[in-house]
Amino acid sequence: MTQGAPFNVPFLAVAALIGIAFYIILSQRNLIKLVMGLGILASGVNLFLVTLGYREGGVAPIYTHAPIERMVLPVPQALTLTSIVIAVATLALMLSMVVHIYRHTGSIDSEESRTMKG
Amino acid sequence: MAILEFGLDFWNPIVCITAFLVLIAGIYPLRSRGQKKYKKGTAQTQIFLSGEEPPGVEQRHIKAHNIYWGFFQTLKGYYDPTVKAHTGIINDYIIWFTAIAAATAAILFIVG
Amino acid sequence: MDKLITHSPILIIAIPLLVAFLTPLISRANEKARDVLVITTLAFVEFLVIVLARDIYANGIHIYTLGASSPTLTIPEQYMVPVRIILEVDAMSIFMCIIWATVSLAAGIYSLSFMKEETGRDRFYTLLLLMVVGTFGMMLTGDLFNLFVFLEISSIAGGALAAFRIRFADAVEGGFKYIIISSVGALMVLFAIGIFYAQYNLLNIAALAQVIQYTMLDKIALTLLVTAFVMKTGVVPLHMWFPDTYTVAPASITAMLVISSHACMYALFRICFSLYGVTLNTATVGWIIIILGVLSMFVGVTMAVPQIDIKRLMSYHAISQLGYMWLGVGVGLAVLGNPEALATYGREAISGGIFHILNHAVYKPLLFLTGGALFYRTGTRDLNKMGGLGHSMKLTSIFFIIGALSISGIPPFNGFASKIMIYESVYRLNPILAIIAMLVSIITLASFTKAFQSAFMGQELPAYKEVKEVPKSMIIGMGIPTAGIIFFSLFPGLIVDWVVYPAADALINQAAYINAVMGG
Repeated sequence: MTQGAPFNVPFLAVAALIGIAFYIILSQRNLIKLVMGLGILASGVNLFLVTLGYREGGVAPIYTHAPIERMVLPVPQALTLTSIVIAVATLALMLSMVVHIYRHTGSIDSEESRTMKG
Repeated sequence: MAILEFGLDFWNPIVCITAFLVLIAGIYPLRSRGQKKYKKGTAQTQIFLSGEEPPGVEQRHIKAHNIYWGFFQTLKGYYDPTVKAHTGIINDYIIWFTAIAAATAAILFIVG
Repeated sequence: MDKLITHSPILIIAIPLLVAFLTPLISRANEKARDVLVITTLAFVEFLVIVLARDIYANGIHIYTLGASSPTLTIPEQYMVPVRIILEVDAMSIFMCIIWATVSLAAGIYSLSFMKEETGRDRFYTLLLLMVVGTFGMMLTGDLFNLFVFLEISSIAGGALAAFRIRFADAVEGGFKYIIISSVGALMVLFAIGIFYAQYNLLNIAALAQVIQYTMLDKIALTLLVTAFVMKTGVVPLHMWFPDTYTVAPASITAMLVISSHACMYALFRICFSLYGVTLNTATVGWIIIILGVLSMFVGVTMAVPQIDIKRLMSYHAISQLGYMWLGVGVGLAVLGNPEALATYGREAISGGIFHILNHAVYKPLLFLTGGALFYRTGTRDLNKMGGLGHSMKLTSIFFIIGALSISGIPPFNGFASKIMIYESVYRLNPILAIIAMLVSIITLASFTKAFQSAFMGQELPAYKEVKEVPKSMIIGMGIPTAGIIFFSLFPGLIVDWVVYPAADALINQAAYINAVMGG
């Protein structure tokens, strides 16, 4: 974030990512695109977590061989790592389920591949 | 131990069960005396359809989608849009999520 | 023994986790040994939960700090706030844990014969134990991010278990929908946790409850948390994934998934009562929950009546009964700021809702297990094809009758005891709510009459001439909830005084929750 930026660009990026992700999840019928939308949503929330820890002029929060000055918050970075790992596991599971849905119903459109309604 | 007390009321299931057993004890001997003219296994126990042949077992059993049809006819105005709203499409589920989140946010900002 | 009680919160989470990863190794050696190991683990966890429960009812809230030199050292020296993960178990948490331990034990015993013809059973038991761990973690934790992690663990394990029988097309679809819904919900929960951390630099629920003010950002966080957790619980109009998933999962997994969604309801109670407390506008949030509860009750049961798939019918009933719990606790939340109304009918309403959680957790798994028994013997869930099974499956039909009368709130069963608490207290807030609740009870009985007539009554059909009763372990699995129903029906006062009123008081008493961690 440069000194002259008028808005908080990372937070705007978070809003854009989450907005795009919700638009994809709401409107795309292709199941693989739906899973991609979830991946973008996970990225948006992870970016939010890292951004909220930023402190002006801070360095990476590592004590060894670093000058003791202002550091950015380390806890949100730990939360983000956990969340990335969970997102990887979930995305892998979802994609394998999409493969099985295609094998059973021959289509990955969310309207044509449904077998239950009402 | 058995009495549930809440507010100013109470509920005692032992009384309910005892009352039920007393009623059964009074009614069952009267009902089990039966009728004098009842003979099992004769035409008295067969199904009577004004002289016609009763259909087979599979056709006699009322299927599940036929039960309560009067109820569904009466409430057609409620059931048709509701059942149609239950599409199976996953995108619609997230549309509902966004709508309810937006409505809750609006209520919380305006009122509370 | 004292050491066991002190360390029991973490043992309840760690032992199934360890055994979950041992299960595939032991399966390579011997299948029977794996079955014995899984059931022994679940029984041992039940023992730990009961031991911990007795300690909590005697001594109050139980704290366990992970990684500290002593389990009760919540705030280290030179620190003002807790920095480690703290497991905080009060009467409401242990109430949910008792239910979950019993239901998972019954479901585990039932699965021994229900899943006998499936391949890959070592993975099934691994995932089952992981789901047990995830849900216990949600119920025992006192830390927000820990809640998110265990929420994700139980969602992933639950989704994989729901889609376990991949030879059915609808099973995979049900599991897929569950994972998508859980992912969206959990990411929104993480966003809300990020908002809390950004404002207050705290993740611990008790520490956060001490400093929280109801700012605009907190309102956004509350919106996201409420919507995400009610979606995971299955509240109308966010309920449409619920029947799809619960129909296609194996019957024992459905019973466990129901309680897992109760854990999400518990998480929302923890947030509304213990995290926000009276800082939020209790009338508004309470009425939002009441309206959602009433909608769930009504739409849930009216959509249940036209169903012809027996497990889909029961899933819609689960939605409807959850509406009762939301109604009871919502009324309590709405009057939380009003001490006179709270003492008069608010506490009764919360207790009614909590007692209904207990009753529901006893009869709903029973009903799902009978549905599974019908599927096991006839190979179909379609009520149009069944008929006259009461002649050959006598025990199953008796279990079904007991479950159906209990869910409809017919005296003297336990459903009636919790429903009358809800009717009486909700009537004092607004009479219309009580009237709708009673109407929903009647329609519940109507739809179960339809299911009973279609499946069990009538003459024996020639297609089902060779159908016998289900195997013994399934009977035992169904007998455990039935014993619970009969016990709760005969002694409701005992259960409510010992278990439900302490849980309701623990929810209302935010100060005790904070003081246990922050040290008064």
